[in-house]
Amino acid sequence: MSDELNINKKRNNQIKTKSSATSGRGETDIDYVRPAELPEQDLYHGHSFITKWIFCQDAKVIGVQYTLTAVFTGVVGLILSWMMRMQLGFPELFPFLTAETYYQMVTMHGMIMVVYLLTALFLGGFGNYLIPLMVGARDMVFPYVNMISFWMFFVAVVVLMASFFVPGGPTGSGWTLYPPQAILEGTPGSGYGILLMLISLSLFVIGFTMGGLNYVITILQARTRGMSLMRMPLTIWGIFTATVLALLAFPALLVSSIMMTLDKVLETSFFMPTIIKAGEALSYDGGSPILFQHLFWFFGHPEVYIVALPAFGIVSDLISVHSRKNIFGYRMMVWAIVGIGALSFFVWAHHMYVSGMSPWFGFFFATTTLIIAVPTALKVYNWILTLWRGNIRINTVMLFCLGFIVTFVNGGITGIFLGNVAVDVPLSDTYFVIAHFHMVMGIAPLMVIFGAIYHWFPLVTGRLLDEKLGKWHFWITFLGAYSIYFPMHYLGFIGVPRRYFEMYDSPYMTSAVGMNEFISVAAFIVGAAQFIFFYNLVKSLRLGKPAGKNPWKANSLEWLTPDVPPTHGNWGEKLPVVHRWAYDYGVPGAKEDYITQTTPPSEVKDAEVEKT
Amino acid sequence: MYTGLVFLAVILGSIIFHVWTPWWWTDIASNWSAMDDTIILSFWIGGGVFILVCLFMVYCIFRYQYKEGRRSEYKPEDKKLEKGLTWLTTIGVVALLAPGLVVWNNYIRVPDNAIQVEVMAWQWGWKYRLPGQDGKLGASNNRIISDDNPYGLNIDDPNGKDDVFVESNELHLLKDRPVKILLRSIDVLHNFYVPQFRSKMDAVPGTITYYWFEPNKNGEYEVLCAEYCGVAHYAMRGKVVVEEEENYNKWLAEQETFSSFTAKNTNNKLNKKKLVKINNLSSNKNSILKEQDVR
Repeated sequence: MSDELNINKKRNNQIKTKSSATSGRGETDIDYVRPAELPEQDLYHGHSFITKWIFCQDAKVIGVQYTLTAVFTGVVGLILSWMMRMQLGFPELFPFLTAETYYQMVTMHGMIMVVYLLTALFLGGFGNYLIPLMVGARDMVFPYVNMISFWMFFVAVVVLMASFFVPGGPTGSGWTLYPPQAILEGTPGSGYGILLMLISLSLFVIGFTMGGLNYVITILQARTRGMSLMRMPLTIWGIFTATVLALLAFPALLVSSIMMTLDKVLETSFFMPTIIKAGEALSYDGGSPILFQHLFWFFGHPEVYIVALPAFGIVSDLISVHSRKNIFGYRMMVWAIVGIGALSFFVWAHHMYVSGMSPWFGFFFATTTLIIAVPTALKVYNWILTLWRGNIRINTVMLFCLGFIVTFVNGGITGIFLGNVAVDVPLSDTYFVIAHFHMVMGIAPLMVIFGAIYHWFPLVTGRLLDEKLGKWHFWITFLGAYSIYFPMHYLGFIGVPRRYFEMYDSPYMTSAVGMNEFISVAAFIVGAAQFIFFYNLVKSLRLGKPAGKNPWKANSLEWLTPDVPPTHGNWGEKLPVVHRWAYDYGVPGAKEDYITQTTPPSEVKDAEVEKT
Repeated sequence: MYTGLVFLAVILGSIIFHVWTPWWWTDIASNWSAMDDTIILSFWIGGGVFILVCLFMVYCIFRYQYKEGRRSEYKPEDKKLEKGLTWLTTIGVVALLAPGLVVWNNYIRVPDNAIQVEVMAWQWGWKYRLPGQDGKLGASNNRIISDDNPYGLNIDDPNGKDDVFVESNELHLLKDRPVKILLRSIDVLHNFYVPQFRSKMDAVPGTITYYWFEPNKNGEYEVLCAEYCGVAHYAMRGKVVVEEEENYNKWLAEQETFSSFTAKNTNNKLNKKKLVKINNLSSNKNSILKEQDVR
């Protein structure tokens, strides 16, 4: 250990002298940024298999661990959705699909996909892998806490999965866990199931907070020389803002989980009013079920943006790189991300227009919700304006970006329907809502995730994913998912309520039977297509085309490490120095159509750069 | 090349689906056609934006596909364009929001001539209470619900004496007369929803919520619970019958009032007590007889 520390110190001294030497060679544009005052942090390099791959403190490995665990939960969620669609499309085909199991699947599918897949993947997975690389740090600022963060998440997943095996099974209270029903008999899994869910969520929040503090502080404090905030790639802006949101929003989930646990175990009455069961009053009295909804959505709405903002950021970078053009309106994009993040704390009750809260809230929350549409629409315009007059590579990554734009605009516009309070009255609690949020926060972010994996897989493994399989994967997923959710809106217009195990012979439903069968078949196909992707991952890991350095000709720092894939510490001897933003593509006068962030102006003298 | 075509097909397919869809809303049977109108307005504005954005994207795919050696335009910002788009979007949003708020304002202000109807929800079913001649519902409290007082009415409240109990999942309503639905629940969240009336609201235990509508078409409608309430949520159905005054009055006359219910109940109780006494007597007799036998 001590040897290692000495080596690190020596190396730091060398770096200092070297970087002062380079700036002395005439690259004066960086002189206004003072060199770091503190020596670099000492990293703990793992020696054994366990410290290198299991209890590892390298953010890149932690990112991969987060990703694999999240994807595992995602596969469980996918299988649950298959079984739900089986019941909805072809009821009574499988006798084991009872109402109890159906509601348990609905609940677990929802919670897994929103929290354990999307949140963990974007922040824990992409956040860990990309933040240090993209801001030019050697690692997260607190690597040890970062490691514990992952293992808390892992335990949270284990607890969640354990609920499948306890007496009574997992909770079937819907992913929103609304009390009083969540903890009363009459809802499946109201015993151990709901308790394990609440415990698992609490563990998740604790684990996330450790990771989240790391992400925020690393971005604020550990950026390399020259990497000003307004030079950061939008991926980092998205992850940063989302993490701040999460740090502020998750506590609301934590307290509501704790309060509900107390209501369940100690029979306190935070959320429980007088309840008559079988003619007898239970011991609860005076609590407010609506209070839980406020707490839940105070977390739940920012949660939507916790998923969406990293997706916004990542897709901006992918579009820019693959259309060989600077992101249009970078500053506007940054302010839109920050603005959406701030506004997202003032819109939560638009999930509660018909919840029985004071109806006067409707005016306020409808207004704030529709205001949020403005910066969101601007982001959409800027994405398509980035494509405009670009030089667009139609590869798998770009296809997923295009798929994202279509599904996101579609889902965003139905969001305006639901946010507009009077329109929400007939549509809330129907399949229109299901279609809306799957389109906007299910399919759209997934498109970005897939695009991002095709984009950064070469960085993580050194090999490219198979393009042909990738295109098949994209087209089946995109066309299939679109034909699941686009027609589903119209079920909502009919008035088909959500969370119905079966419709029997309701007069409205006769025309919906055929559509339900079609949607189910599409869902089976889309789900199966994901195995093409998994096959592609496994195959390319061994047999993929070697990627070499910077295969996409990108500008941002993560592609400029001395080793590909980057090793622990990321930058070898010397930290990179940043001279420009990450979007200098197609600069007139430059020899190549891209200028990396580390290229000093002296090397591209003829380039007519507008912004650095 | 084919990429642009497929995306174009997706957009055209969406439009065609929307125009030709056999799945559309159930015929409206209440005054809330304004809600349908705001939905149509949202379709025009929102759908227009969706089509324009996607068509522009498809155009870019065709026009600016990768060519070796071509340079993309270098233009990081365009203040004028960005400002114009911001204003355009703001106008669109205001055009959507303003009518929405007007409709909401109507939704939360109940007309004075509305008949009050209490909808009482439980796991898993519906029952109803109507005000009697006085037009007022008596005060209630879930805590005092019992077999003798199934709606938990305050016995001292004179308004409650003539309240009409409808202990069935079938509710009758007068055509063309606004109804104020007052929602109560004795256990968990529920939601009284009839798709043809467009309107809905949660029933929350511990508080009373409301909404209103004016049924304007005779007929029978299915009531659906629209807020998840446990394992039989999907089976929690009811029925609303909208009819003219004559039939309505006939139905109303068949229902019980609170005072008649209480009277009947007390009678029943007295009868029960008598029965118990008789039983006891007879059993005593029997035992006496048995004892005598033994002797």
